[in-house]
Amino acid sequence: MSLSHAFFAVIRRDLVLALRRRAEIANPLLFFILVITLFPLGIGAQPHLLQAIAPGIIWVSALLAAMLSLDSLFRSDFDDGSLEQILLSPHPTSVLILGKIIAHWLVTGLPLLIVAPLLAVFLGMPNHALGILLLTLLLGTPVLSLIGAIGVALTVGLRRGGMILSLLVLPLYVPVLIFASNAVEMASSGLPVDAQISILISILLMALVLAPLPAAAALKMSIN
Amino acid sequence: MQTKSTYSLEGTGLSCIRDDRVLFESLAFELASGQVLLLEGKNGSGKTSLLRILCGFREPDSGRLHWCGEAINDSQFYAQMAYVGHLDGIKKELTVLENLKMSLALSSPGRYSIHEALAKVHLAGYDDVLVQALSAGQKRRLSLARLLITENSLWILDEPFTSLDKQGIALIETLMTEHCASGGMIVLTSHHDIELHGVDVQRINLS
Repeated sequence: MSLSHAFFAVIRRDLVLALRRRAEIANPLLFFILVITLFPLGIGAQPHLLQAIAPGIIWVSALLAAMLSLDSLFRSDFDDGSLEQILLSPHPTSVLILGKIIAHWLVTGLPLLIVAPLLAVFLGMPNHALGILLLTLLLGTPVLSLIGAIGVALTVGLRRGGMILSLLVLPLYVPVLIFASNAVEMASSGLPVDAQISILISILLMALVLAPLPAAAALKMSIN
Repeated sequence: MQTKSTYSLEGTGLSCIRDDRVLFESLAFELASGQVLLLEGKNGSGKTSLLRILCGFREPDSGRLHWCGEAINDSQFYAQMAYVGHLDGIKKELTVLENLKMSLALSSPGRYSIHEALAKVHLAGYDDVLVQALSAGQKRRLSLARLLITENSLWILDEPFTSLDKQGIALIETLMTEHCASGGMIVLTSHHDIELHGVDVQRINLS
């Protein structure tokens, strides 16, 4: 069968799997909502402080929610041997892996986008910044999945890879965090954010092109 | 039926070292269309390691593998092989049909359609059953059905008879004989004595 057929088959399979074990979708989303709702309780009645740190809170929570969901990317395929079959396919592994990453983002990243505006209003973020917040999440969360995939691919064969995974992946997440939360902050004060958005777009494009190749190579190493 | 074309798999000077222990060294074999290579040996003698080297999951510590005279990575090897290992490689949350469709999408269509293959491995009518509801033997037959629906000439099988009953074993032996008769090749490990009538079986003892 053709490569595009295989690519979409991988995406469809992972979406069907996610639908059949719903906890996987619910976990990162629930974490995201819980962390954000706990902040106002912890900080107390200081709406101005809350409003000032809202972009940071939302983005740090999104980043941690993405980290939390990473392990599920290859774990079950590694455990039941499906990953071996994917690697043995005559199609280029990196394209199939990109399919898995896209499905993973649709399941764990996209739901964050849907609830984020509501939570932002909850933190007192001005309405005119909501569009930019959504845009940064739309550009930034796929990068988290793409970069994370390299880290999981390297650690999926280890018994306790969780700690190493966060050490590997977090430093690479920092640029996304800085530019995204900065863009939302600037937008809240009514300043232009073209530069940050352009940088986020370029990071996303680079990750799209560059991440699947090392992820596929790392999986081949992990499987032996 | 696929057209009868000839293939060959050749290994020279293969060795595998694991944790400072030499599992095997300077191993050589040559396999042609219609032949079976049966790997024998004690537990831990390197049978599975050799199969994983053939699949490309492990690099041999020395030696070369050639497919039709070309180095494995430059050849059409991966389009012509199918592997069934210790792990079934099937998703228990998906139905029988969904699993086979996925295998088909990753490869190209082979000798049998999905329904013909399911009938062959006595799983007809199980299309929409979730794999987690199948027994161990049925799962094994499902993963072997994958060999029938995709285009391949080399089967690499790691203990294919595990958890199969007598009928199941006889069934797989019939399928293997058919595969060899149509010009296919098989490399396998097995604790059972295999009975393949009229098939050229080479044996390598690793211990």
